[in-house]
Amino acid sequence: MSKGSIKFRIPSTATKGEIIEIRTIIEHPMITGLQKNKKTGKKIPRDIINKFVCTFNGKTVMTSHWETAVSANPYLAFPLRATESGKIEMKWFDDDGKVYSASANITVS
Amino acid sequence: MSELTVSRRGVLAGAGVGIVAAAGLGLMPRNAMATPAQAEAMIKKVAGGAAIKTGKITLKMPEIAENGASVPFTVKVDSPMTEKDYVKKIYVIAEDNPFPEVCDYELTPAMGKAEISMRMRLAKTQKVHAIAIMSDGSVYQATDEVKVTIGGCGG
Repeated sequence: MSKGSIKFRIPSTATKGEIIEIRTIIEHPMITGLQKNKKTGKKIPRDIINKFVCTFNGKTVMTSHWETAVSANPYLAFPLRATESGKIEMKWFDDDGKVYSASANITVS
Repeated sequence: MSELTVSRRGVLAGAGVGIVAAAGLGLMPRNAMATPAQAEAMIKKVAGGAAIKTGKITLKMPEIAENGASVPFTVKVDSPMTEKDYVKKIYVIAEDNPFPEVCDYELTPAMGKAEISMRMRLAKTQKVHAIAIMSDGSVYQATDEVKVTIGGCGG
């Protein structure tokens, strides 16, 4: 694992109307900006993932804003109602402008 | 976190010197911590003038957290999550952290139910609040107290 590497668990199949659970974890130090480098004496600048967005077939399921109080290697679990087959896309937005993403397909019958 | 960002800046402006001084020592800036009063003001602000009720929302956290750097929590709201009746937003606020806001969630009926789990940092023993804004504008609050053995805000 390295910064921005993502692990997630999404069922590949579901029955129509079933509420599935999406579980995710992303590797990230979530640096608060309150600490100081002990050797150089300089403040370590803040670097966190500040936003998470999940979409299902292009439609937003959930948006979440994160502050420095979110633990390192942020874990997130949330539900989704499986109404149709399609693509679940997730994006994590870093303070430094990087966007980490992951997606999965689900077949609903 | 539009509403909350403003508040945080207010907090920073008020206690900025304290934060910088304490952070400079690499310590938790005790004197620059958020206070329960600030958290209370923030809760009132996100409620937007609506009466804050209890019930419907639950916040599940451990009673004792050995490691404040990673404290699991689950926030759950009793809602059918339909187009007509759903949870619009959930705020999580830790009243004695350097910055009280932890995170917020913009929910949609597509979720099917309102139940979210994450992990947060807690600087010390304190109360954590979860506030749900429903689609009809009503506001519900849950509070849980967590005893923290080792503070974990510095990361």
